[in-house]
Amino acid sequence: MPRTVAPWEAKRELLVKAEDKTSPKYGRNPEDRQAEDYMLHGVVNLDKPAGPTSHEVAAWVKRILKLQAVGHGGTLEA
Amino acid sequence: MTGVLPVTLGEATKVVQALLYSGKEYVCVMKLHADAPEACVREVLKEFEDLVYQRPPLRSSVKRQLRTRRIYYSDFLEMDGRNVLFRVGCEGGTYIRKLCFDVGEVLGCGAHMQELRRTRAGPFLEDGSVALHDLAYWFAEWEKTKDDKVLRRFVQPMENALALIPKVCIRDSAVDAVCYGARLTAPGVLSIESSLVKGSIVAIMTLKGEAVALGRAVADVEEIMHLEHGVVVNTERVLMPRGTYPRCWKSGEKIND
Repeated sequence: MPRTVAPWEAKRELLVKAEDKTSPKYGRNPEDRQAEDYMLHGVVNLDKPAGPTSHEVAAWVKRILKLQAVGHGGTLEA
Repeated sequence: MTGVLPVTLGEATKVVQALLYSGKEYVCVMKLHADAPEACVREVLKEFEDLVYQRPPLRSSVKRQLRTRRIYYSDFLEMDGRNVLFRVGCEGGTYIRKLCFDVGEVLGCGAHMQELRRTRAGPFLEDGSVALHDLAYWFAEWEKTKDDKVLRRFVQPMENALALIPKVCIRDSAVDAVCYGARLTAPGVLSIESSLVKGSIVAIMTLKGEAVALGRAVADVEEIMHLEHGVVVNTERVLMPRGTYPRCWKSGEKIND
């Protein structure tokens, strides 16, 4: 009996409806962002240690990286 | 509890919502309260695949109402005495602690969650995760050398958090309107991913791979591919600042000439 497919197991095909060009005059590839710009639009894949809560760990990341705001994707606590 | 915790920086915090829908995977040690045959444990774990009913525990930040969650898979790994090691893939917001309790109930002997480690959060895996001390070290290196290659050792572009969300790629001319919250219409669409489902969250992207907004598909794959007009995505969370791409309010105006 087939079970529900996890999001990372789903087959993803690209379906092209139309073609167009993008101008180099505005916007940029995310990989080409520079310095602070890259950081302020970035995500850290953190290996959370045991003990502190996810909120505390996120606050530490904020302090270490000297940022004004951070968020985290899903609480991992006891 | 340890494991994968994606931490969004600055503006990237806007994509956090997408991660909640992307699913999680854990490796768990469940402690049985009495001995049970391995065959039974394997069988009961399999029974909990697919939909489960859960009410959030006392210590939680969400409303304590009964809700359903999907367990994509729960795979028995090994058993040593009363300790059971298993891997579980599930929807965000699934309480593994409650799963262990319920497995114990069905087995009859009772059980509790002894230890939990998250091995996946959406597209982010254990392989490639960075520890706090590594983060501190590389950040100091980056401040010293100002070499952006060092920065890339511990930070990824926020678009990586959207890897499991169905993407809708749009023309340059459609971008700025979406940045103002406008709904996306059919002519603006260049391509879509086959995993798109009507009613689901989608990520609106530029041809350069930048995230424009998170939205909800109001048409299915067939409709979006064949429609000449009409709304296809309702914009819900704008990610790109206004003015990044030029304003093109008139329809049919090409800006690449």
